[in-house]
Amino acid sequence: MALIDLANPTRFLSLSRALLPWLTGLCVLAFAVGLYMAFFVAPEDYQQGDTVRIMYIHVPAAWLAMMCYSIMALSSLGTLVWKHPLADVSAKAAAPLGAAFTFMSLITGSLWGKPMWGTYWVWDARLTSVLVLFIMYLGLMALWRTMEDPIKAGKAAAVLTLVGALNLPIIKFSVDWWNTLHQPASVMRMDGPTIHPDILWPLLVMALAFTLLFFVLHLMAMQNEILRRRVTALRQRAAAIRPATATASVRSAAAE
Amino acid sequence: MNSGRPSPLRNTRCLPSSGAHPNKDGTNQRSAPLKLIAEHLAVDRGGRRVFAGLGFTLTAGHALVITGANGVGKSTLLRTLAGLVPAGEGRLTLEGGEPERSVAEHAHYFGHDSAVKRALTVLENLEFLREFTAPARPQGFAGKALASREILDRLGIGHTVNLPAAYLSAGQTRRLALARLFVSPRPIWLMDEPTSALDTASEAQLLGFMNGHLAEGGLIITATHSRLALSPAAALHLSAAVAPDAHEDTEEEPA
Amino acid sequence: MSGWFSALVARELRLALRVGGGALIGVLFFLAVVTVVPFGMGPDLNLLSRVGPAILWIGALLSTLLGLDRLFQADRDDGSLDLVLMAGRPMELIVLAKCLAHWVATGVPLVLAAPVLAVFLNLEPVAIGAVTLTLLVGTPALTLIGAIGAALTVSLRRGGLLLAVLVVPLAIPVLIFGVSAADAAVSEPMPFLTPFLILCALSLISAVVGPVAAAAALRFSAD
Repeated sequence: MALIDLANPTRFLSLSRALLPWLTGLCVLAFAVGLYMAFFVAPEDYQQGDTVRIMYIHVPAAWLAMMCYSIMALSSLGTLVWKHPLADVSAKAAAPLGAAFTFMSLITGSLWGKPMWGTYWVWDARLTSVLVLFIMYLGLMALWRTMEDPIKAGKAAAVLTLVGALNLPIIKFSVDWWNTLHQPASVMRMDGPTIHPDILWPLLVMALAFTLLFFVLHLMAMQNEILRRRVTALRQRAAAIRPATATASVRSAAAE
Repeated sequence: MNSGRPSPLRNTRCLPSSGAHPNKDGTNQRSAPLKLIAEHLAVDRGGRRVFAGLGFTLTAGHALVITGANGVGKSTLLRTLAGLVPAGEGRLTLEGGEPERSVAEHAHYFGHDSAVKRALTVLENLEFLREFTAPARPQGFAGKALASREILDRLGIGHTVNLPAAYLSAGQTRRLALARLFVSPRPIWLMDEPTSALDTASEAQLLGFMNGHLAEGGLIITATHSRLALSPAAALHLSAAVAPDAHEDTEEEPA
Repeated sequence: MSGWFSALVARELRLALRVGGGALIGVLFFLAVVTVVPFGMGPDLNLLSRVGPAILWIGALLSTLLGLDRLFQADRDDGSLDLVLMAGRPMELIVLAKCLAHWVATGVPLVLAAPVLAVFLNLEPVAIGAVTLTLLVGTPALTLIGAIGAALTVSLRRGGLLLAVLVVPLAIPVLIFGVSAADAAVSEPMPFLTPFLILCALSLISAVVGPVAAAAALRFSAD
């Protein structure tokens, strides 16, 4: 089984090194096609004009912000339940990426909001939910940074990630509730079955490009994390006065 | 990075003693005695392997004295046996233990921290631990719960029962910590430097208690620098036997 | 089971009452938060009565979070946590017992202080009752969710701030429905019962998720 094979960091490193150039190439290609379609093929919106093109960055970024958290939640299960040795590496590597994509979707959302709503920030249900998600990413990263032992930090972060995964739907639900109390419904509706194919295709290609970008960065970040831990281990070994292995000998009990 | 952990520790196994059929009247002296078996224990802390391949067998009524230089992993071994530090590899079994309980739940851990709440009185501290700690009375272990005042009297701090524990000296606090081993009987005592902060007379008294525990069919595993006159006792010496370069916890080559 | 559970609750209550007056400091902090708000927003009584429930809820949230950092850390510092882990009792119930005692010692005083502080904020009697009721139902959820953060940061020297950062996103739903219910009690068209019942549900969910997650975090924290 592939996942079991990947439990060995060395094997993972060599596999990911073999895979990375291909993924990178595909990613660049997808971006080239996607950006071309987004800028030159996709039509202007009759109301929003060229502003609608922000969607081709915003929607994939938001989609990845969610996917990152799903991958972290899966990795956390891997850490706590299956005790896969690379699971916490995967979760740790995904967190900054998730935060970055979340940040990107917040920024593009507010850039889009300025001409549309006349202000950079609206306490819209979606934007607010994404902001909460952003804070959760940053909190997880802070937890990783403050705990020295990577194994313990990984387990603590896994617990928090899973609690967050349970909580995210509740947060989404309550933010929606709160939003309907305080504001009229959002105008920003990109989902729904009525998207025209001219818009849909560039969007899908861009989503694919972003997903590939995530996997490229994720693999690279995991490689870095593995190497970082090796450096730590080597330094600890260099610092240790005595070897790290002790053997035991038991003499039989005196009274027997 | 310690990659590949083929056998995660199953340290919660308590085998019913082989062929142990307790007599209907409750006397069970003839049943197989408790036996604590550690096989191939290995522990990592903070990414560093503290020890590996450690094994021993300890039968009821025996003490195991762990010796070794500072930092070699004596305390870690005790905390692993107490279930407080997860072992990376290996297995810990208690034969003849209560089947529903883990090894750690058969054990008292007497470490450096006294676990005494300074704001509570001596009696409140002890009575709480009596009610809170589930006793373990497997067959063949004859330890009985003592009344709080009785054990405090025997430890020489009976006059302090109603004082907040903040007023106790270091040695008295240590004795209060020791008292909890008697109010909730458990067969395994894990003692990390048990004689620290005790004077010579108290040390002799502690040895008396420990030998008494062995006589009742208990097990003691203790890490110590000083000689402890425990009998019958076995010795476990943790030593640095492998040179740093020959150390083999990583199977990956530098790529 | 009830024997050790009540023994633990009794010990925690004794400790809370005897050590440093933790409950009192929580109420003082609550008072401080409520006092600074008019300085920031101006003493307009109409405005204050409109945002009063929100201020009270935010004050309660902050003082609950700030009081939680020692929930498990005190036990870890003196070695009690080792004994707790080895006691042979379900860790989830231990966390629940500690949260219960902590809530009685620090949450209930906040609830009792809320009506008094509500007078400062010019709340109507109905609103005072509604805020107090929602706080009574909602503060246990804050304690239980906060226990997760306390367990995650138990080994950190200065974990209090991190605890708050980790827990605040998780506490947002409680805040939303607590304030909504309190607001709904005074403003006519909105129903009070819907958000109030959701708030109750959130407290019940946290009574499950909090102890389970905190117990897992505590088990992993031991070394």
